[in-house]
Amino acid sequence: MAQTYRSQLIDPLVDDNPITLQVLGICSALAVTSSMQVAFVMALAVTLVTGFSSMFISMLRNQIPSSIRIIVQMVVIASLVILVDQVLKAYAYEISKTLSVFVGLIITNCIVMGRAEAFAMKNPPIASFIDGVGNGLGYGLLLMVVSVIRELFGSGSLWGVTILETVNNGGWYVPNGLLLLPPSAFFVIGLIIWAVRTWKPEQVEEREYKIQTVEGH
Amino acid sequence: MSEANENKGLIRRFLDAPPDSVGKTVFVAVALCLVASMVVSAAAVALRPIQDENKLRDKRINILQVAGVYDENTPVNEAFEAFEPHVLDLSTGEFTDAFETSEFDALADARDPSIMRPIDEDPAGLGGQMQAYRLVYLLRDDSGALDKVVMPIEGYGLWSTLYGFIALEENGNDIFGLQFYQHGETPGLGAEVDNPRWKALWNGKKLFAEDGDLAITVAKTPPPEGTDYYVDALAGATLTSRGVDNLVRFWMGEAGYGSFLEHLQAGEVN
Repeated sequence: MAQTYRSQLIDPLVDDNPITLQVLGICSALAVTSSMQVAFVMALAVTLVTGFSSMFISMLRNQIPSSIRIIVQMVVIASLVILVDQVLKAYAYEISKTLSVFVGLIITNCIVMGRAEAFAMKNPPIASFIDGVGNGLGYGLLLMVVSVIRELFGSGSLWGVTILETVNNGGWYVPNGLLLLPPSAFFVIGLIIWAVRTWKPEQVEEREYKIQTVEGH
Repeated sequence: MSEANENKGLIRRFLDAPPDSVGKTVFVAVALCLVASMVVSAAAVALRPIQDENKLRDKRINILQVAGVYDENTPVNEAFEAFEPHVLDLSTGEFTDAFETSEFDALADARDPSIMRPIDEDPAGLGGQMQAYRLVYLLRDDSGALDKVVMPIEGYGLWSTLYGFIALEENGNDIFGLQFYQHGETPGLGAEVDNPRWKALWNGKKLFAEDGDLAITVAKTPPPEGTDYYVDALAGATLTSRGVDNLVRFWMGEAGYGSFLEHLQAGEVN
């Protein structure tokens, strides 16, 4: 095998991050990053779902007819997502109340599908599981970074604990309302992608066009 | 080839069949759906009791909180026994025995036709129908006299339906508290309906002006009747505030608890 398990787990954190490099899973990254707790549970849920769906799909990979493979992957993913949703409702009711819609939307998270189609269909179960977990963690890491920024400057708190006392609660900090709205995550993620690609220039994609110098006649 | 195949079991033959044959495709699809549906339904059925308990507990905590009697150290169900549930017929404003109070929530959750009725005017955004019966809770003081009434209210905000409770004093006019236990409004903006400082604004407000008209409002500026009837709207959440205004005025109005409130004000509920 080309990759060791270790590199499968570590690479997606920065070098091959599903959000910053592959720009997948953006929609849920916009929706759930306004508070850290919610982002953490979402990251955990996505990691579990990507890991196990990749594993199960990999176990079935030699039996899956290619004509219905996408649907088969979806069925596996959707069942796992429903399981996660049910467990959250039973054991983390408060969080499931804020997260509920987005848990269902894990089904449409491109990362889960992307790993199933790109990796799990061609590799053995354990490698697929680790690949899925790695990518889930990469997604989770970015989610946490974005949510720290958004929660701190949007609500003046971290993990629900007040850091900057906001004006609404009699303090001094005027929160940045934009950071509470999903579009702000676009800016934050965009800046992070910029930063990462400046740090690691090899992540910069080649331009699809080239500006050519035409010799004057 | 065919001979070798016959020696194998049925399952083995299927596994060895080329994945793209029609039979195999159908088989995989059916088998996978069966397995997946069994897993999903098993989880749903097994976890249902815990989920229902969570939901009930959450609702009860909210009822306790809105009536100002919540104490973290007292078990919720024990504290909740202080409340006296009644099914209220909104059209007459009187309690009815037509439904069991313990079974009413299930009917309400299912929007059972026996308790729903269509409405023409729908300012609270209830989707064209409302509950004609509601489960309300009476809280008595130590001497057994009526102290507070807790009533469920709901309506549409910006993104979602807000579900909550309003607690009134026994005179049917003074608001003790109002809070929502379920909504999907924007965190930091519309979701500030959960901010304790905003919720505290409701305490001591009055529903009806001296001439008997419904005057309570959630707005940017106080109504002509004065600040007793005014709750400051949430900054940056115009539509959520408007939704709360609409739903409070709807449920406290004639189509909602109006006739019940008249009974309360007349001191006929005890």
